[in-house]
Amino acid sequence: MDTEQQKQQYATDARPVLEAPDIARVLTRIAHEIVERAKGAEDVVLLGIPTRGVHLARRLAVKLQEITDRRIPVGSLDITMYRDDLRMHPPRALARTDIPSDGIDGRLVVLVDDVLFSGRTIRAALDALNDIGRPRAVQLAVLVDRGHRELPIRADYVGKNLPTSLREAVKVQLAEEDGRDTVLLGVKQTPQGGQP
Amino acid sequence: MQRHLISAADLTRDDAVLILDTAEEMARVADRPIKKLPTLRGRTVVNLFFEDSTRTRISFEAAEKRLSADVINFTAKGSSVSKGESLKDTAQTLEAMGVDAVVIRHGASGAPYRLATSGWIDAAVINAGDGTHQHPTQALLDAFTMRRRLVGRDEGLGQDLSGKRITLVGDILHSRVARSNVDLLHTLGAEVTLVSPPTLVPVGVETWPCEVSYDLDRTLAKSDAVMLLRVQRERMNAAFFPTEREYSRRYGLDGDRMAKMPEHAIVMHPGPMVRGMEITAEVADSDRCTAVEQVANGVSIRMAVLYLLLGGNEPAATHTRTEEK
Repeated sequence: MDTEQQKQQYATDARPVLEAPDIARVLTRIAHEIVERAKGAEDVVLLGIPTRGVHLARRLAVKLQEITDRRIPVGSLDITMYRDDLRMHPPRALARTDIPSDGIDGRLVVLVDDVLFSGRTIRAALDALNDIGRPRAVQLAVLVDRGHRELPIRADYVGKNLPTSLREAVKVQLAEEDGRDTVLLGVKQTPQGGQP
Repeated sequence: MQRHLISAADLTRDDAVLILDTAEEMARVADRPIKKLPTLRGRTVVNLFFEDSTRTRISFEAAEKRLSADVINFTAKGSSVSKGESLKDTAQTLEAMGVDAVVIRHGASGAPYRLATSGWIDAAVINAGDGTHQHPTQALLDAFTMRRRLVGRDEGLGQDLSGKRITLVGDILHSRVARSNVDLLHTLGAEVTLVSPPTLVPVGVETWPCEVSYDLDRTLAKSDAVMLLRVQRERMNAAFFPTEREYSRRYGLDGDRMAKMPEHAIVMHPGPMVRGMEITAEVADSDRCTAVEQVANGVSIRMAVLYLLLGGNEPAATHTRTEEK
């Protein structure tokens, strides 16, 4: 949650690394890669991680439908209750977990998130999936991989690899949430803030 | 939200809506094959019940276990309390054991407040009913049931109960459920009317943020929800009304009375129901009666409260305490 002041700071200090057409292009590419690797994406279920991962998952589903001519189930997976740093912060409001009605058992689940950083969010997502069902396989699609992994986790589909320093912050803005599509790279505002 | 949940009056509108929204997500866990979250792993919660209450205790216990907390049940009967141990000694014993939260039910009004503020114990204190004072999680689960039925499950997210008209019928004098509900429903913007025999209306009710009426039939037509309260025989030390039959005729809800309520209106009961006196079997078993739903919602609400009080290193929102009532 950025304050107004922080948003202002982003506006002046941060430089865009991906603009709207770039984001559309990388999502199209990821959609094609999913179809290629999943051999037609027949049993694919897309699960977005709130908030922006869900919007990205929905956009990917539209693109996959254009390519395969089939409706791809989309859902959202809130990982708050599974985080390993719950006791280090005040509790966060929960976001929506919405699993497509056919479930995920035996399906290829593609987790979708905006930024891949420490890998802890994805670890929590894998734990959450464990409680919901047993997918055939789980893959990961992210818009930006900024590095600095703390766990042995890597993405299967990456929109853009963005080498960053820990002093930098990556901010993804999407039209559905923020009114415009862009990925900004700026200087971190708080000593321990930034992307989880 | 403050560190403890002692009274429904302590909750701000935003706190209450946050709890209701969180409970809505918790309710989804109940629909899963594995109804368990790792959130409170390694935390110890004690259910400290000085008064019998099987349904509240198992509701809390279910909520604690679904969040993976370690649960210790302590009932006064047969414990050191019956040998004369004081609340302070019990609290200090629990403190020494490193308990993270205490869910307390006590026959004396104010016991949870004493436990939370006396400095005997560092744990979060959740009031599970104290005397005739408060039962905040009951009020929250009632508000949750109303929001789901009257506003909608998804449409209700982020919403309060503004403009809803709620009628509470029965023994107001002895009812902590009534007190908690009046406080919380007022905070959430609802208009509350209490209907009760004059002998069961508490002194000082005119200072409560609600209307009082003695005539149920006139109130029914403009109610979105009618909540029946249990006639608490165990707290009655005198005759508050002539006969059960007369109470039932004037304040019991039967099919004819239910027909006077608007189409969408619901009938609520915190349980246990005294069929034939407060409510006829016809009403209790109808689709409009939410008694069973309230039990399920109770687990979701208690999960939400436990998560928001214990899930992080500090409570969810800022401390805002209203004046003591």
